[in-house]
Amino acid sequence: MSLTDQLARLGEVRAPASLLPAVMAAVGTAAADRYGRLDDEVWPLWIAWNRDGVSAVMRADVNDEAAFSGWFRREFDRPLLRADSVPPALTRSRRYDLREVTAFERDVLLKTAEIPRGQVRTYGWVAREIGRPAAVRAVGTALANNPIPVLIPCHRVIRSDGVIGNYGAGGPEAKREILAREGVDPVEMERLAREGVRFFGSRTTHIFCVPTCRHARRVQPQHHVQFHSEAEARTHGFRPCKVCRPAAA
Amino acid sequence: MVETHQHRIYGFALSLSGNPADAEDIAQDAFIRAHRALAGYEPQRVRELKVSAWLHQIALNVFRNRVRRKLRETVPLDSVAEPHANGLGPDELHDLRAAVHRLPPRYREAVVLRHVQGFNYDEIADVLGVPAGTAKSDVHRALAILKEELS
Repeated sequence: MSLTDQLARLGEVRAPASLLPAVMAAVGTAAADRYGRLDDEVWPLWIAWNRDGVSAVMRADVNDEAAFSGWFRREFDRPLLRADSVPPALTRSRRYDLREVTAFERDVLLKTAEIPRGQVRTYGWVAREIGRPAAVRAVGTALANNPIPVLIPCHRVIRSDGVIGNYGAGGPEAKREILAREGVDPVEMERLAREGVRFFGSRTTHIFCVPTCRHARRVQPQHHVQFHSEAEARTHGFRPCKVCRPAAA
Repeated sequence: MVETHQHRIYGFALSLSGNPADAEDIAQDAFIRAHRALAGYEPQRVRELKVSAWLHQIALNVFRNRVRRKLRETVPLDSVAEPHANGLGPDELHDLRAAVHRLPPRYREAVVLRHVQGFNYDEIADVLGVPAGTAKSDVHRALAILKEELS
């Protein structure tokens, strides 16, 4: 065997099995965000995630792939790799990577994530729930900059005067569309708010709720009562619902 | 990336260092550096990257840095030069591996890239950052020394 043939055989070695796991542990198995296209939500979505959870979402029907990846890199200044597929449990995990937002924004977004499907709350409700009752406008700004729309349902937060409010992922029309798909009647909701109706109550339980609370919707028509303010409800001897928390307890 | 290239990069590190433990450290460090570097590259640059040559270049730098550090720590390289039976590939090649390891670093790097890793001279020139002609003469010089040593 010639010298060069022998030299070539020197390369015939296998790396020890410990090498791959050691590298993976050092770099973190999911150090880079990955992204893919998700087609089972109300709109097709671009979705990015990492080991902490979902990190970014953008509508895929009105933004192409380059728009999404470009926005992600500008916004977060970290690499983004295309994944072959989106893990099926990703959206169900309800885990979010919100490291790039402020503590206040994180509070707003995580509180918003608690609002059940088919229900809405007001900006004031979110502000009060996170212990910053005066920061209503700031809540609006934080939600306008939601990096994970649709999955963190900023569309379920509306103005208390009945104006549906703006929506980053396609304007008020898109907000009505997604709410309607979730079972909210946006026209009725806006009508009630314009008339100043803020709460629904039940004469049997003497509990008042936000109008979309699932308990409010179960009240029989003959027991149904409407209030324009917390004070009015309390004057009639009603207490706030403990589930939808329409007012401070 | 790690999965695809681990054996080649480990083999390269082993040929340079002559020692399985060092080779594993070098390969590991090289992949970690590569991973971090990739994170900062524009997509365009990532697409145009010749991954194998690039990884060899990183592994080579890691190896050179370690040699420099080891010299400072006055651990003589000879103490790690003796090949061990484990992880060194075909037994009959021990003498050859030891001879490769005794080559001066410049010749060793060139001959390993050419004949163990199978790169052409243009690629070697890129990895080593020297003209292709220099790489070629280094390889020939290395082969001449090896022939003499093994005869």
